[in-house]
Amino acid sequence: MRNKRNSPFALIPYYVWIALFVIAPIILVAYYSLLDLNGNFTIANYQNFFTGVYLKMTLSSFWYAFLITLFSLLVSYPAAYLITKTKHKQLWLILIIIPSWINLLLKTYAFIGIFGMSGPINSFLKTIGIPQQQILFTDFSFVFVAVYIFIPFMILPIFNSLDKLNPALIYAARDLGASRLTTFRRVILPLTMNGVKSGIQAVFIPALSLFMITRLIAGNRVITLGTAIEQQFLVTQNWGMGSTIAVFLILFMFIIMLFTGQKEKGATQYGKAK
Amino acid sequence: MKSLVRATVVILLVCGLLMYAASVMDQTSGKSGKDVLTIYNWGEYIDTDLIKQFEKETGIHVIYETFDSNEAMMTKIEQGGTSYDISMPSEYTIEQMKERDLLLPIDYKQIPNIKNIDPDFLDLDFDQDNKFSVPYFWGTVGIVYNTAILDGQNFDSWDDLWDPSLKGKVILVDSAREVLGVSLNSMGKSLNSTDSKELKAATDKLIKMAPNVKAIIGDEVTQLMVNGDASVALTWSGQAADMMFENEDLTYNVPNEGSNLWFDNMVIPKTSKNVEGAHKFINFMLDAEVAAQNADYVGYSTPNKAALKLMDPEVVNDERYYPSKEVRDNLHVYKNLGKEKIGEYNELFLKFKMSIR
Repeated sequence: MRNKRNSPFALIPYYVWIALFVIAPIILVAYYSLLDLNGNFTIANYQNFFTGVYLKMTLSSFWYAFLITLFSLLVSYPAAYLITKTKHKQLWLILIIIPSWINLLLKTYAFIGIFGMSGPINSFLKTIGIPQQQILFTDFSFVFVAVYIFIPFMILPIFNSLDKLNPALIYAARDLGASRLTTFRRVILPLTMNGVKSGIQAVFIPALSLFMITRLIAGNRVITLGTAIEQQFLVTQNWGMGSTIAVFLILFMFIIMLFTGQKEKGATQYGKAK
Repeated sequence: MKSLVRATVVILLVCGLLMYAASVMDQTSGKSGKDVLTIYNWGEYIDTDLIKQFEKETGIHVIYETFDSNEAMMTKIEQGGTSYDISMPSEYTIEQMKERDLLLPIDYKQIPNIKNIDPDFLDLDFDQDNKFSVPYFWGTVGIVYNTAILDGQNFDSWDDLWDPSLKGKVILVDSAREVLGVSLNSMGKSLNSTDSKELKAATDKLIKMAPNVKAIIGDEVTQLMVNGDASVALTWSGQAADMMFENEDLTYNVPNEGSNLWFDNMVIPKTSKNVEGAHKFINFMLDAEVAAQNADYVGYSTPNKAALKLMDPEVVNDERYYPSKEVRDNLHVYKNLGKEKIGEYNELFLKFKMSIR
């Protein structure tokens, strides 16, 4: 590979790929967003977006995406930390990754059973004397299932950056009199921030456009931008409006990438999930 | 680098072997392109034993795929790249598909069994002379409820769904026309209303129902009702029949103000590659015995009057599944309202969904 290092031709497949599958679709989406139902140019879709319903939906999508990311982070950071301390790191990591190989819908359907009135959680509550709870179709169940689905995407980048962290730095901090908390706050956390940022990107962005589990688990009590896009394309067949929402989603993603962007090279893990 | 190459080679080898195995399996079951029939149907909407029987009788191999909404089905056919030979859209979708020239006319010389169909269900407004479609099943939209949990309620009126005692109990179906239809019917308005003021009023009324709504979902409702997780749901007659079969506490009622009457029909999409096989399949499904077995399995009402004679009289005489002609006159068939109005229905439905918090 040494001799080919600087060949400009090697990059051609990459450019073609980017042009065909990244740039062209974005242009198409932007173009469709300017069409009305009859294919005439209009900005009505954008005006429509700024009416109450879609703004409210954007806000609630952001709120749920924030909750999902927050809880994923709260679970994943300690989990990733503990995994780096175990003897069989790779084994534990695989155990966490394996569930993400199972189809998302299958896992979601399983949760319908688990959270049901006659499901295991409610039978457990009953045996310890707590009356049955409505768990399915609540905010709790929605956030819980989403967090469960996204955890691997958060753990991986954090694990990578924690694993790469030179332990000598931690010993040095401790030797120099830093408490455990200070070591964490001033040494470990800043040095693994890139992993955390990658994790946030890999979770927050897909969480904004979650659909399907909004219906199956939240019973449409939670409506995200993703749900709205799906509906516009498949049910209403208003491709223009669907594209307009998609344009805003893309904009939001760029903004988020800007905020969580990394200046130096770090572990970048862009996960993809529905 | 070496291990990368090795891994690539192994993966390619495995893929190649699997592809070879698949093609061998196809050959041993004797399938060539011509003898394949691709059916695109609603989920849980055919007795799969009948597909096997059809394959045995005709030697045609059936590929069976399902969809969960008329709109999704039509979008997929319209986009091309598919080769569906048979599909089962509802009446208003057939109007749309005709408009967009997505259907092939049906040749009745190849379908002698059409004589089994009750003339009441032929030559309807959405497809005069049944040029493009053959009735498959019909049914109503109504309320299924658990009599053990909701003692004393009978849902004779749509307004009963607004009853404060049902707080957090009502399950609705994730479909704009059905849900807005509840509200329109309860106000004595037409299900095919295109008057924006009426639609707005219907939505405002629906929003008052929001505290009662437990969830807005699709086919998953069956399991919830059967398990007693939910006590009342807006649903289609045949889905209700499935639930009632598994849980005896459930019953189904179509409120007196009227409701939707719908027909699903077999059609041959333009994309068909086996038109002859498609006709064979339609004729097969219209056979009295086949239709009776299918109706028994699926639970919706069959338009096949020869099949009705072969079915359990208890089912056939049950007004919940086979409402009398007088009751049917009070039910209305959806019309194709055009893209703009459907868009309006869906925007309003979205607004309603956003109000459930």
